[in-house]
Amino acid sequence: MEVREFDSPAKNTWCLGCGNFNILAVVKQVMAELVESGDVKSEQIVISSGIGCHGKISDYIKVNSFYCLHGRVVPPLMGMKVGNQRLKVIGFAGDGDAYDEGVSHLIHTARRNLDATFIVHDNQVFALTTSQVTPTTPIGFKTKSVPKGSFESPLNPLHLMLACGATFVARGFTGDIPHLRSLILQAVRHRGFAFIDVLQHCPSFNPTLEKFKPKVYDLNKEGHNVEDFAAALEKAKEWNDRIPIGIFYQVKKEIYEKQLLGDRLLAEEKPLPSVQSVLQEFM
Amino acid sequence: MQDISFLIGGEAGDGVMRTAELLGKAFNRLGLYSFVINDYPSLIRGGHNFCKVRASNHQVWSHLEAVELVAALNQDTISRHENELTKDGLVLFDSDKASYKGSYKAYPIPLSSMVKEVGGIPIMRNSAMIGAIAHLYGIPLEPVNEILTWAYGKRAEKNITLAKMGFDHAKQNFDPILKLEPVKRDPTPFISGVEAVSLGAVKAGMKVYIGYPMTPSTRILSFMGTHQDELGIAVIHPENEIGVANMALGVAYGGARCMVGTAGGGFALMQEAFSMAGQSEIPAVFVVGQRPAPAVGVPTYTAQADLRFVLHVGHGEFPRIVVAPGDPEEAFVKGGEAMNLAWRYQVPVVVLVDKHLLESYMSIAIDERKVNVEPSSVAESWDGEYKRYKFTDSGVSPMVFPGTLGAVVKVSSYEHDEHGYAIETPEGVTNMLQKRLRKMEGIIEDLKKRETVKIHGDPKAENLVVAWGSTKGAALDAMQLIDKPLKFLQVMYLSPFPTWDVEDHLKQAKDIVCVEVNMTGQLRSLIREQTGHYIEKAILKNDGRPFDPVGLSGKLKEAFGWK
Repeated sequence: MEVREFDSPAKNTWCLGCGNFNILAVVKQVMAELVESGDVKSEQIVISSGIGCHGKISDYIKVNSFYCLHGRVVPPLMGMKVGNQRLKVIGFAGDGDAYDEGVSHLIHTARRNLDATFIVHDNQVFALTTSQVTPTTPIGFKTKSVPKGSFESPLNPLHLMLACGATFVARGFTGDIPHLRSLILQAVRHRGFAFIDVLQHCPSFNPTLEKFKPKVYDLNKEGHNVEDFAAALEKAKEWNDRIPIGIFYQVKKEIYEKQLLGDRLLAEEKPLPSVQSVLQEFM
Repeated sequence: MQDISFLIGGEAGDGVMRTAELLGKAFNRLGLYSFVINDYPSLIRGGHNFCKVRASNHQVWSHLEAVELVAALNQDTISRHENELTKDGLVLFDSDKASYKGSYKAYPIPLSSMVKEVGGIPIMRNSAMIGAIAHLYGIPLEPVNEILTWAYGKRAEKNITLAKMGFDHAKQNFDPILKLEPVKRDPTPFISGVEAVSLGAVKAGMKVYIGYPMTPSTRILSFMGTHQDELGIAVIHPENEIGVANMALGVAYGGARCMVGTAGGGFALMQEAFSMAGQSEIPAVFVVGQRPAPAVGVPTYTAQADLRFVLHVGHGEFPRIVVAPGDPEEAFVKGGEAMNLAWRYQVPVVVLVDKHLLESYMSIAIDERKVNVEPSSVAESWDGEYKRYKFTDSGVSPMVFPGTLGAVVKVSSYEHDEHGYAIETPEGVTNMLQKRLRKMEGIIEDLKKRETVKIHGDPKAENLVVAWGSTKGAALDAMQLIDKPLKFLQVMYLSPFPTWDVEDHLKQAKDIVCVEVNMTGQLRSLIREQTGHYIEKAILKNDGRPFDPVGLSGKLKEAFGWK
């Protein structure tokens, strides 16, 4: 399948040089590869996104999509997998979306190990609303709402997801496209809840590309054992001169929908013809 | 005509509710019509629980406030409820736990000693109590034993022994109150709104139920959970109500019929998703169980004060359906209808119920043939490129699901074009808004073929009672106590409002009284808004308790000037 078959007629309105373009390009390539390799049929792919700059990705890929409310990317993903567990679902959220408004859903869906991929466009800022702080904004970051600089300790998304029991925890970087492409492909092929926090530069409000580029390294090339939970926690602390990207942790675990449904496909099941046997209980 | 009413009370955890339900069920099996209402505070152990059980040889729709018998598992029950006894009332009590020296006749029975004698556990006091009550109402032990066997299976033996001990003790020491004479009638379920609304939805094709615990809808979650295999459904209890509602939209988008249940507070959390259902045109059914609010309010009691809330819930303008059944049979039928309408018109539907309807049990016929999966707007094929929001005359677009070959299914919370891509132009926005609003015309035409109101009593009467929801029960029973011609208009559909079925009755009436369990007259104001008709007289209260038929009949007589 050709990548351009996923091209959408919607006019792209992201800022020039936005990291979202890189994620968009990579995701379309990954989807084409999944279809090409026979992993999934294109009509079985569903993407879903929240509200913010990243959210427009639902419009920018010609594929089934569920353009959610702010913060609510995960629950519809879970719902559609319950309705039809054959779907291959990929959720996109901003850092505000995922870690502020919708953090409860993220926590619990990771814990349940829903078979879904969740990609956070983490630019450390609310961009579409013209720069406010998010849970990942670094201390000292100045915006109109915190003109003296943010003083709240930022959240470590990798620690959060490790603690919640996500079975695939990774970090990507929009400044390394081949790496991001490989990472997303592995995430989508992971059977379980695959989480990627993508360090994404925002040219308008948080241009981190050149700041992060010299620091970023692939931890999977440095002998990191992805099955070692303690090592994953340790690596996720690293955030100074060096910033690790890649898969921090990956483990096999039974998925939510299999435990709930076995092999049932609810969307195709016939309605129950009679409820008489249950009514009989009340006679 | 026989019409009995008694109360069973004890601490939470004493098993009072189970006992009342078993007795109600036993009466129902005998061919009587029974009604059981429960009353409990928000706690697990201790506190005070009681149930009122009514049984009659004619159909009853409500409990009665006054009782001829207080059956007490503890002292507290006697002191709290003695004043509810009728003139010749009796106090039956566990003489190992309580004493009574008041003005009513005392029937002491050593329930705890009996339990000790058979080596049972304290909760088995109920079985001895059931035996004693059976004697007082002239019921033989066989049907009691059958019910105990049904309820406790292999563990029934001690309970059956205790029932006989209670029965024998009562026989030797107490005069019976009366001998109930069952009537010959077709068997009916003895059922509450919880089971009825659940089964209606399942019969209409529901495959997934999602809920977060909140009284009075928690029992729906439990019922669906315990019956999930028999009903062929999946049951999910997510992190919060916001998750519940958004998940439900995902289920329907994925292609399976879904219902959610909550109370007013939980529904408040769902309202952004409710609006999303309107915008994205995803079918969704919300069962909303009312209880006294604002905020946490009085959690385990009843109210009808969220009508205005559900009519306006969710930001923006979009069509919605709100239906309020008045008894379990209607909960079954309207629960199913809600699901069918949601899937026919791709709109959110609220089934508005309350604690009294959801948790009270009654004998009532349910014909499951009244609910089936009706034709929906799910498309088998389409012309050209698939458009999820294709403009049509009806405003309803053919719906397919992800996984359909050749279709890209895009749904959106943003205003969108026919394909589902976000738009912001004034014409685009107007066209899509009008498309959605146009669906209301079809819904109205559809509802004109369905039962939107019910007329009870004398259809020619000039005096009209108007009520909705569970107040139906008290209103019907109150009318039996009034020897003047009276018509009762029960409004079931509240959005769209069935003016076509309501207006004539308002015009024909000389005097109208609206009865509601709220203090602001919410149906009354809705009727004025929708018909221009102002109903001057209203009987309103919002104290957590449903109307009592006797009290209501007095108020109605007063309102109509018959006193």
